[in-house]
Amino acid sequence: MDSYVPPYDATAVTRLIDAGAVIIGKTNMDEFAMGSSNETSYYGPVKNPFDHTLTPGGSSGGSAAAVAQKIVPIALGSETGGSVRQPAAFCGLFGLKPSYGSVSRYGLVAHASSTDQISPLASNVRDLALVYKTACGRDPNDSTSVAFDHPDYPGLLETNGKLRIGIQKECFAEGLDSEIDKVVRDAIKALEHDGHTCVDISLPSTEYAIACYYIITPAEASANLARFDGVRYGLRVGSDESLDDMYSKTRSVGFGREVKRRIMLGTYALSSGYYDAYYLKASKVRELIRREYEDAFSKVDLIVSPTTPTAAFRLGEKIDDPLAMYLSDIYTIPASLTGCPAISVPFSRMSDGRPVGVQFTASYFDELSLFQIAHILEHWI
Amino acid sequence: MATQEEFEPVIGLEVHAQLSTNSKIFCGCKASYGEPPNSLTCPVCLGLPGALPVLNKQAVEFAMRMVLAVGGTIQKRSAFARKNYFYPDLPKGYQISQYDRPLGEGGEIRYRLQDGEERVCRLIRIHIEEDAGKSLHPEHGENFTRVDFNRCGTPLLEIVSGAEMQSPEEAYNYLISLKQILQYLDICSGDMEKGQLRCDANVSVRPVGQKEFSTRTEVKNMNSFKGVQRALRFEIDRQVKLLKSGEEVQQATLLWDEKRQAAQVMRSKEESHDYRYFPEPDLVNLVISDDWIERTRQCLPEMPVARATRFVNQYGIREYDAEVLTDSKSLADYFEEVMAHFDDGQVAANWIQTELLGFLRESGQDINECPFKPQQLADLLARVTSGELSGKIAKSVFADMARTGQDAAVIIRERGLTQISDESMLLAIVEKVLSANQKNVEQYRAGKTGLLNSFIGQVMKATDGQANPHLVSQLLKRKLEE
Ligand SMILES: [Zn+2]
Repeated sequence: MDSYVPPYDATAVTRLIDAGAVIIGKTNMDEFAMGSSNETSYYGPVKNPFDHTLTPGGSSGGSAAAVAQKIVPIALGSETGGSVRQPAAFCGLFGLKPSYGSVSRYGLVAHASSTDQISPLASNVRDLALVYKTACGRDPNDSTSVAFDHPDYPGLLETNGKLRIGIQKECFAEGLDSEIDKVVRDAIKALEHDGHTCVDISLPSTEYAIACYYIITPAEASANLARFDGVRYGLRVGSDESLDDMYSKTRSVGFGREVKRRIMLGTYALSSGYYDAYYLKASKVRELIRREYEDAFSKVDLIVSPTTPTAAFRLGEKIDDPLAMYLSDIYTIPASLTGCPAISVPFSRMSDGRPVGVQFTASYFDELSLFQIAHILEHWI
Repeated sequence: MATQEEFEPVIGLEVHAQLSTNSKIFCGCKASYGEPPNSLTCPVCLGLPGALPVLNKQAVEFAMRMVLAVGGTIQKRSAFARKNYFYPDLPKGYQISQYDRPLGEGGEIRYRLQDGEERVCRLIRIHIEEDAGKSLHPEHGENFTRVDFNRCGTPLLEIVSGAEMQSPEEAYNYLISLKQILQYLDICSGDMEKGQLRCDANVSVRPVGQKEFSTRTEVKNMNSFKGVQRALRFEIDRQVKLLKSGEEVQQATLLWDEKRQAAQVMRSKEESHDYRYFPEPDLVNLVISDDWIERTRQCLPEMPVARATRFVNQYGIREYDAEVLTDSKSLADYFEEVMAHFDDGQVAANWIQTELLGFLRESGQDINECPFKPQQLADLLARVTSGELSGKIAKSVFADMARTGQDAAVIIRERGLTQISDESMLLAIVEKVLSANQKNVEQYRAGKTGLLNSFIGQVMKATDGQANPHLVSQLLKRKLEE
């Protein structure tokens, strides 16, 4: 798809252009948004502006690096399971994963249609809120986009209201870097200092979120990527052989390892005889997680957690260990599965200077609370 | 045939009907034929990266009409699913269809067998899905296939019958009836040769008396109603032959070859596709309100059986004629248009069936291609019942109308065909005939009244058949009895 030029603009892009934004260019990312380190990119990995031996995160690492390097003030990324929040955390930026259905997916190359959301990155909350406010809203070209009366987010950042915040206790366990643990607890202290109430809550089903995610999203991706078959656009290999040969050669040569791994995973999960055990079961688990979140939001306004279990890791560190790579999205995946909005706030740094993100998750379409809490912490940074 | 005494076939049909909506099912492209290849396409129906489907309401409404017309149940919540397979004319690599939650369930199709016996076949489900593009395979030594995506995304209605039909003839009549319903509902043109109606058949045979179904095969690629009948006959015979020789029928998909009049195995059970259906995440569930169902029900047109009954009552025509006239919606519409300008139903029915249908059959035309309008036919018929034209002349006027599409009045004037009803004019001719036949006049007056017809004949001859025979008869009688 290197030379492919789309004949139309995405709705989100059109809205930004209509509002006066200037599009500088497309940024590097993991191939078909599949990756957490930018290393699966066809063009090679993006480097973290803070330290060129580190990954900027992924999949939307290029967008994050461009903002962190101050090439652009704002950027859009593609979120499926943390692909904007994790790079935001790794690059010291604010990153919002909006409620599913709030920003039109029309024009977004689909990875997993039921969790994909176009998501903004910025170096301050006001810019983030402004981009979001401009891009969001019902689009007749996207059946899953929702008609919602969005408030004037950038104008409503200051608030005197006190929020009730749930501390998701499952996140503060084995696997979490102790320095990050401390950063999140500092953020909680800051909020308490400001008069907000923080309480421990439990979301036990999130334990299954990664397993569930890695069945549902590859399943959807296996179908979404079927169109890259060499017939109409993109690479074509073996066209003088049989149709099946052309398909298999084009796709074998064209797709990278991670993409092929997920297509295989997804195809398997949907196959006759395995569908019930995998896809259907995962759909049920997803519903369970969704209900747990719904239940939690009847008790608290926001849920706080780390954005990532570790800070930015070294390029090459996890590329040969897909499981370790998948685990870097452990805290971001639940919001993607439930459709809830979530934000990563660059609250503090590790002792070695690597940025750390604190994540807040809100109930469906309560982006306003996310911007407000991020804005409160912005004063502390 | 001996075979039919021992084995009985079990047939189920899966029909795909192309819905005649203005636009395609998931995008705004026009749904139409005969346009330059790939001119009716957009990012959505070409499956370009990032494009998303948006459901066409008219396609849903058309499907609802069908479900209601056959007495099925509209599911208030139905869902779309992806059916995954690779083929060049399927741009997304999956077809958006409905799987475990179809729009319609149940219902039945009534049809008549050749001997007039009525049968009922229950339906299992009715759902909507998108059509694929069209592969144009190599010609004249080309070594590539072209793909035309104009058809891609055209809405299809899939109508799945129960495995209840017992003969190819039944299947044929089921299809005739199904097509009639689709046409009455104005949701599908129903031309199988043009691919607007496609039919796959499931066939098995079992020993008479056996309750369980035997292994079935699927037969595809029939391009006409008669073709379905022939393919089924072939496949049933093939299966019976296998069973009689002690072999087993293998589950398989066969392709009918009309030229060779044979079906060939396309793929066996082992090679059958795993379509990996799963819920389409790009579309929300299809929710249909009671109100919408009710409004659609109210708008359903009168169906053939009800219309025939009304024709009998309203226009006083014979039951048989009413059935013929309601056979196709366009013919029934034509008849009613004629009746809007004419008042003798039976005369109109007779003329339409003998003259009009005869002409259409000969010229190979469809009623919609009829060269003259119903109102023009009504005008001609009125001239017959008023006595202005004799039946014989009217038929020759009809032939000219069929040829030229001109009004009867124009043809009559140009050919000077108006019936002579001018009494003084006719009287002069009558007197001339009588005076030339004095002998016969005397015999008539002596009681041989049968001679009247010969006098009439001579007057008609003298007027080139244009005299009003009724008036001639009256005038002759008056003169002869003076
Ligand atoms: Zn289109």
